[in-house]
Amino acid sequence: MDIYESHSINKKEKELLLNYLGRDPSHTEIGIFSVMWSEHCSYKSSRHWLKKLHTEGIQVIQGPGENAGVVDIGDNQAIIFKMESHNHPSFIEPYQGAATGVGGIMRDVFTMGARPIALVNSIRFGELTHPKTKFLLSGVVAGIGGYGNCVGIPTIAGETGFDSSYNGNNLVNAMCVGLTTKDKIFYSKASGIGNPVVYVGAKTGRDGIHGATMASGEFDDESEKNRPTVQVGDPYAEKLLLEACLELMQKDAIISIQDMGAAGLTSSSVEMADKGKVGIQLNLDNIPTRQQNLTAYEMMLSESQERMLMVLKPEKTEIAKEVFEKWDVDFAIVGKITETNNIVVLHNGMIEADIPIKFLTDNAPMYKREKIKKNKRKRKLQLLPSIKPKDAILKILNSPNICSKKWIWEQYDRTIMANTLNDAGGDAGLVRIENTEKAIAMSCDVNPRYCHADAKKGAMQAVAECWRNIISMGAKPLAITNCLNFGNPEKPEIMNDFVETIIGIRDASIALDFPVVSGNVSLYNETNGDAIKNTPTIGGVGLVENISVLNNFGSLNIGDSIYMIGKKGSHLSCSTLEEVYNGESSIDPPEIDLYQEKLNGNGVLELIQEKIITSCHDISDGGMIVTICEMIMLDDRGATINIVDNNKMMGELFGEDQSRYIITISPELESIFEKKMKKRGVKYEPIGYITSSQLKINDSIIISNNEIRDAYESLIPSVMNNMA
Amino acid sequence: MRAIVYIRLKTEVLDPQGQAIESALKNLGENNINNIRQGKLIEMDIEAKNIQEAEEKIEKITKSLLANTVIEEYSIEIS
Amino acid sequence: MNVTIIRFPGTNCDLDTANAVKKVLGIVPKIISCKEDKIPKSDLIIIPGGFSYGDYLRSGAIAAREPIMDDLELRANQGVYIIGICNGFQILTERKLLQGSLLKNSSLKFISKSVELKINRNDTFFTSKYQTDEVVNIPIAHHDGNFFADQDTLDSIEDNNQVALRYLNPINGSLNNIAGLYNKNLNILGLMPHPERAVDLKTGTNDGSRIFESALNFYST
Repeated sequence: MDIYESHSINKKEKELLLNYLGRDPSHTEIGIFSVMWSEHCSYKSSRHWLKKLHTEGIQVIQGPGENAGVVDIGDNQAIIFKMESHNHPSFIEPYQGAATGVGGIMRDVFTMGARPIALVNSIRFGELTHPKTKFLLSGVVAGIGGYGNCVGIPTIAGETGFDSSYNGNNLVNAMCVGLTTKDKIFYSKASGIGNPVVYVGAKTGRDGIHGATMASGEFDDESEKNRPTVQVGDPYAEKLLLEACLELMQKDAIISIQDMGAAGLTSSSVEMADKGKVGIQLNLDNIPTRQQNLTAYEMMLSESQERMLMVLKPEKTEIAKEVFEKWDVDFAIVGKITETNNIVVLHNGMIEADIPIKFLTDNAPMYKREKIKKNKRKRKLQLLPSIKPKDAILKILNSPNICSKKWIWEQYDRTIMANTLNDAGGDAGLVRIENTEKAIAMSCDVNPRYCHADAKKGAMQAVAECWRNIISMGAKPLAITNCLNFGNPEKPEIMNDFVETIIGIRDASIALDFPVVSGNVSLYNETNGDAIKNTPTIGGVGLVENISVLNNFGSLNIGDSIYMIGKKGSHLSCSTLEEVYNGESSIDPPEIDLYQEKLNGNGVLELIQEKIITSCHDISDGGMIVTICEMIMLDDRGATINIVDNNKMMGELFGEDQSRYIITISPELESIFEKKMKKRGVKYEPIGYITSSQLKINDSIIISNNEIRDAYESLIPSVMNNMA
Repeated sequence: MRAIVYIRLKTEVLDPQGQAIESALKNLGENNINNIRQGKLIEMDIEAKNIQEAEEKIEKITKSLLANTVIEEYSIEIS
Repeated sequence: MNVTIIRFPGTNCDLDTANAVKKVLGIVPKIISCKEDKIPKSDLIIIPGGFSYGDYLRSGAIAAREPIMDDLELRANQGVYIIGICNGFQILTERKLLQGSLLKNSSLKFISKSVELKINRNDTFFTSKYQTDEVVNIPIAHHDGNFFADQDTLDSIEDNNQVALRYLNPINGSLNNIAGLYNKNLNILGLMPHPERAVDLKTGTNDGSRIFESALNFYST
């Protein structure tokens, strides 16, 4: 293997590189090219298609292309948020991989001037019975908690899924939401020839060298031996860095700022210079290091955590230094902005690298990879005729993807910052904005079963599901971020799914005015050639203008009527019921009508805002009956449900038809409710009413609250508390 | 001189980490291993005239910071 | 009434605690860095929660040995009222201003949830607004909250009636379900639950407010 191959630079790319430089590169330069041209940094397989996403709206202050997206929430306030994957590192070392994932996404948000106010995550593992799952799950959860809890940001929402396609590639997608004022948003665009380039944060060591190229390759059985490349997180250092950065941001000293994430010093310096169309010169002699004798190559590629690069106003350098010293954070002037349009790296009096920046960015390889639609063989839904509804309800509640994830979220500090409004549960997390009556709702969603069956429909559904979860909290959906987790894009059928996913996200976000403002792509999620199911995780935020409308919302009263918004269910293909009984699912996910979605959602939002209903939950995995079970468990109530036609029982209980919600309402408000829904053209169906305890369906099926709760809550503790 | 301080929970203090390791080993079929206690090791270079002085210094910092004598016991090794 | 909050590197509940004092008492507390030489004149000093110095070595161990803690100890001996919340409790035990120690939770996991607690006595500076044996709901969020003391110490804590709060149900392995503890003179309170996160019904519970109200009550009567 030659030096290019060992840097994941293929033959064609090598020719391109030599052609660009017109000479042989130094070792350091090869390192710089290899990380900047890696999939992780260059988005070479996805860049062309990502441009097709819908990224605009009056609420959008900053769309994709910066460290994170920014949306307007009125009163001169803005929300900054992004989601990022840390899949490969979390498989190799789950605790540190997940922890540094959380740390990295937090830095993306506070780099832009926002104080993080909440964390959300989406994590996926192999089958719960797979021998590695317990180890990975417990490590990832401890890592997410260990980092977020220590920095002091509440982790308030998330989703956890299990599927055999993740047996060899678990997913960790972490999202951070921050708050700032509109006049205090910081960007990465460098400017001002001669201005100092400043390094702040933790010292540089040999951590994670080649993390970016690792995240851009497939796994094989050898990968688990790659442990030294995993970075170790220090949340304490992050907390100090956070406070120091936010303090400096009040002092009008920063021209541009960029977090050192994947490919560390290389990508941060190149990106800052590229955005400003300037050059940058780094003198590595001044880099704070943890170990002696680091080479230029190692410093440029190190992925040590908790570091930032900034361009400062020269006259404010001293003030900045004082702030960082006060917080015990390293501060060093490591270079300057130049007019050359090159990145020049000096070390020990030698020029270690001198590369025109455009070769690393705009002119980096970009592939419009071959895509072929592979027609998935449609399998007919086959359900066992003998399934009894009661057994099915309990079996679904006790299944890995539906059951309670309390074992997980009890390890996350959810109440720090004292603004968490719905710690007890709900479809989305909700945090109040300090000193206001506003709150931000947030949720992470995707159903890989649907995405695997039909990439476009699955992607549309993920966006719609996220929108629905935010609506159910009484919030107006604002914008989304995403993590597109896929297998090897060099396989035409995977590339095809990727492109269809983009189209699906685009269509749904246009229809729902739910634009994409930031995101990340994680490809090559394969082990020994087996790819994960497409998992385009969607993270959304929404705004509650006035939390007083939420007073008394979310609690069921005995005697409340239960209604479904939307049509009765019937679609069982690709459903949880099918998964739980048949293992695999048929290739026919529910249709999604975006017009109907918007109509129903806006109707529900009006019902909440006008205080007409007492609670609301969306209908998703497991169908209507799972939604109702979750609602009555939360308030320790019961429900009586009427199914008119016994032959349609299974479809109505378990069907996963889209764009639906369950609401409860005091009987005296029913006529107002009906009038409002009819006026909007929203379909609704009476379902039953709330009782003091037990779930009763048509007098024939009775399930006690204890049975429901046991089924729902026992699975994960029974597996996890029995650690080998 | 190189000093190593070994710190472990006192025997009367419950050590759930040790217990967790022990039960994991039992699950792996290692039934002849018992009474696992987990602790930590802190090592450092120290300048001192002689071993005795080094020991005194290390003892002092161990009592004042490295170990919490309410719950932990320690031993010191100097070479 | 002057309230001072001491912030160590890694403290992360300083702002929440200041907000709670403001909300409940209408008093703006002073937040000071542990690097200051002296604590300003205070009627109540609060050491808030967090991960001081990353909780490296042991929770609270490094903070407990900061120079400012000498001044705190002096104030404590003068009878100034002091609350240590969560990491603050750990710091106070590491400093030996409170007895015992806080070990890793018996589950070895971080636990974040609202828990039921019983107020052991209501005749102290911190609890006059509660009833004795009243059950309240306040969130906990900690990894090392498992209270331990040797048998003699535990006996003396009980004999002197120094327990402030007990978990109604065992949660983290704490001996005698101790969730909060006084020193012998009853001017120092350490507790694992976070009263500053329980001052507003909108966030679930306001059962923590009365700890701050009790303090104000003392100075205004």
